[in-house]
Amino acid sequence: MPAVVQPGAPGKPSKTLPPSTKGTLPPPSRADVEFMQGMIMHHEQAVEMTALISSHTENKYLQSLGARINSSQSDEIKFMQRWLAARGEPVSMAMPGMPDMDVSGNPMPLMPGMLTPEQMAALRKAKGAEFDQLFLTGMIQHHNGALTMVKDLFDTAGAGQDADLFNFATDADNTQRAEIKIMQTMLEKKPSEEKR
Amino acid sequence: MNRVPSVAFRVAVATIFLCSGLNRMRAQAPTTPPRAQEPEKKPDAETNPFAPQPAPPLPPGMTGADVNDPRFKLTPGMYDAGEASMGIKHLLLVKKPDAFQLGSADPDNPKVQKTLSQLGVSGTSKMPKPLQLVIAQLAFGNSDFAFQGNHLFQGNFYGVNIFDISNPANATLLTSLVCPGGQGDVSVFKNLLFMSVEMPNGRLDCGAEGFPPEPPAPPPAPGEEKKRRLPAAQKDRFRGVRIFDISDIKNPKQVAAVQTCRGSHTHTLVLDPNDKDNVYIYVSGTSFVRQAEELAGCSGEAPDKDPNTALFRIEVIKVPVATPADAKVVSSPRVFIDARTGALNGLTNGGSHGKDEEKPADTNQCHDITVYSAIGLAAGACSGNGIILDIKDPVHPKRVDAVNDPNYSYWHSASFSNDGTKVVFTDEWGGGLGARCRPNDPMKWGADALFNLKDDKLTFASYYKLPSAQGDTENCVAHNGSLIPVPGRDIEVQAWYQGGISVVDFTDVMHPFEIAYFDRGPIDPKMLVLGGDWSAYWYNGTIYGSEIARGLDVFELTPTKFLTQNEIDAAKTVHVAELNVQNQQKLEWPAKLVVAKAYADQLERSQGLPADRLAALRAAIQGAETSHMNKGKVAKLKSMAPSLEKSAAAAKSPADAARLHALADILKHPSA
Repeated sequence: MPAVVQPGAPGKPSKTLPPSTKGTLPPPSRADVEFMQGMIMHHEQAVEMTALISSHTENKYLQSLGARINSSQSDEIKFMQRWLAARGEPVSMAMPGMPDMDVSGNPMPLMPGMLTPEQMAALRKAKGAEFDQLFLTGMIQHHNGALTMVKDLFDTAGAGQDADLFNFATDADNTQRAEIKIMQTMLEKKPSEEKR
Repeated sequence: MNRVPSVAFRVAVATIFLCSGLNRMRAQAPTTPPRAQEPEKKPDAETNPFAPQPAPPLPPGMTGADVNDPRFKLTPGMYDAGEASMGIKHLLLVKKPDAFQLGSADPDNPKVQKTLSQLGVSGTSKMPKPLQLVIAQLAFGNSDFAFQGNHLFQGNFYGVNIFDISNPANATLLTSLVCPGGQGDVSVFKNLLFMSVEMPNGRLDCGAEGFPPEPPAPPPAPGEEKKRRLPAAQKDRFRGVRIFDISDIKNPKQVAAVQTCRGSHTHTLVLDPNDKDNVYIYVSGTSFVRQAEELAGCSGEAPDKDPNTALFRIEVIKVPVATPADAKVVSSPRVFIDARTGALNGLTNGGSHGKDEEKPADTNQCHDITVYSAIGLAAGACSGNGIILDIKDPVHPKRVDAVNDPNYSYWHSASFSNDGTKVVFTDEWGGGLGARCRPNDPMKWGADALFNLKDDKLTFASYYKLPSAQGDTENCVAHNGSLIPVPGRDIEVQAWYQGGISVVDFTDVMHPFEIAYFDRGPIDPKMLVLGGDWSAYWYNGTIYGSEIARGLDVFELTPTKFLTQNEIDAAKTVHVAELNVQNQQKLEWPAKLVVAKAYADQLERSQGLPADRLAALRAAIQGAETSHMNKGKVAKLKSMAPSLEKSAAAAKSPADAARLHALADILKHPSA
């Protein structure tokens, strides 16, 4: 009969558990669910921004970056929806039937870093180099917001203990950190230098 | 078999329920321009969150994997999936123990109930296995292996399982050590077992309860009810490397727990040939930096804001073997430093898939490090770069080379060839959770990259990826492997998650090719359920696979035209007392006749010796064997050595030259 043992803290004795022991999970966290719901909304805006690229700029480099952001964020939206659905949670934090309000009846807040309606309108209006500039500064702001969301998540008691969510948030943080650096470098270069 | 399609059907039904919520969410995003109301219900693949994403088209100039391979379309199933193999025989699957599976009766969790009722399942006892896995995929996932004597240690996000493998075909579970915290990377040295912990639910006392969403609330001051923001700092949290005393294998005890800022995603045992009193642990942390309130000195700032940032470094733990409780971090090497400017973020990845326009991003972490003390070097797979470290002073590893690759997404792990002239890196494109071996996924993405290593410098040679295409519900990408000690060849067995295991010959570093494989069908045909082999390692004659969802797999090699019985038998002559794959040991073969026979088979395959001389050689070996090493027969063998040495000098390839030399050496002093 295999032993089921749970060690104690360093220097403390181990406990023997009954052979019938089953695995358990840490308590579910409201913050995890809200993080996923909020991040879906957050990612939707990034996808919306990248969708403008083809009609607003001919900058090849931006097109390529946009395609990459679009594909990774679409992929991640799918993952988050799956995570929520598997846990019996709605994929939105809005009140059913009241899209502009959260479940408590308060106006839906923007997630950190999300572009305001005014910023989005300006982005839609801009073309060429002006668009490039607004897109890059906007997406850097947007990505920095995602980093804030991840930091807030891990700073919240009881949050981030779900292994799939932990893995996802860690990856998203690493990916967006790298993309911010890429976009900062693109911003620092003048368009004429955008060749290797 | 029946149950699987029915799950997918129920999931589809559930998404009808879910998709109205989806549309709402899209419509309410504040920045979305007004648009026509979408249809309320659309139960197709687009709105089913469980349906796999279609693969994008192959980029120009890229090729995908073989769709005619028998591995491409295997029948799905958790424990009854279809199987295909070549040169590998599956001996045993030991299913994951109950203690490491989500309790099926979980009435306390209303969310689980809700999911199930949405899926039309009444009661958790009837909960279909794949769905159960979807709810907690990684939380109970099996991870990496370590080996010692007759014991196999299988890491898991929930703890460690220890098996008796004195008879590998009948491996039996000895001990389940419950100690959650992910991802449970393990190493073993004498009476000490080391384990990586990175997640916030890790507790010093190995408790599975994690930490509560809200700490016990002190009564709030009037008017401050809403302002109160409690830090998540927890003195009982553990992220770092645990050390257990396994003197009593049925009752391991925790003797130390060394905390680090980012926790430990992986770790590597390092032995200093000049220091027998201590062992060292290289810690690779990849996740968030915790608050200074929880662990003093931790900072996640950029290096220009805080030169003591916990980013851009690895940690070195020194473990006194006699007093492991005194283990502590003794250095935090800045392995990405720019030696000229002193900038801590001196390395950039510059590589991303096929987009040479993209500008470099900083590399701030290693994912895994393989040390090869015999040559004084380590190979680090460090997210954006592959690096070579000089580890002659193990406490102060120094970077001596770094490479990137235009096709690489995430540098994940590394292994050296036995002679230290080649390094095989892996690219974990998609993080291991994604299907990345589909027909449209390029063979250069998510692949092994093989490099030559000379004078501490890496030079790219070629890529190797699982040759067979896999389905879109199979997570698949290059993952962990180990050398198989076949003399005269560079051979690695490697895990590809649900792509199964693949054995690759990279003797000719420009032309690696597959010589054996084993694969199962997907866990589920309609949704990607995380599974497959995390690691596949050779240990003392047997191949073990750590199947994330299913359990422990045991395999043996069988002869094919690519690998003879003599070569397999020769590999089995190499015995090690312990195996921690990322602490690579120099392989040495005894001067046994079976090793000589393996070389003879290889020289026949490569046409490195004429047929008549091979026949004479084999006859002489057989003569010595059947005569029980009769003096005259042994002298006959010895007399053949000089001509082999001579042939070595004129050999067609360096590999043949090495084989002929090694063969001659055996014939000079053979043993049975």
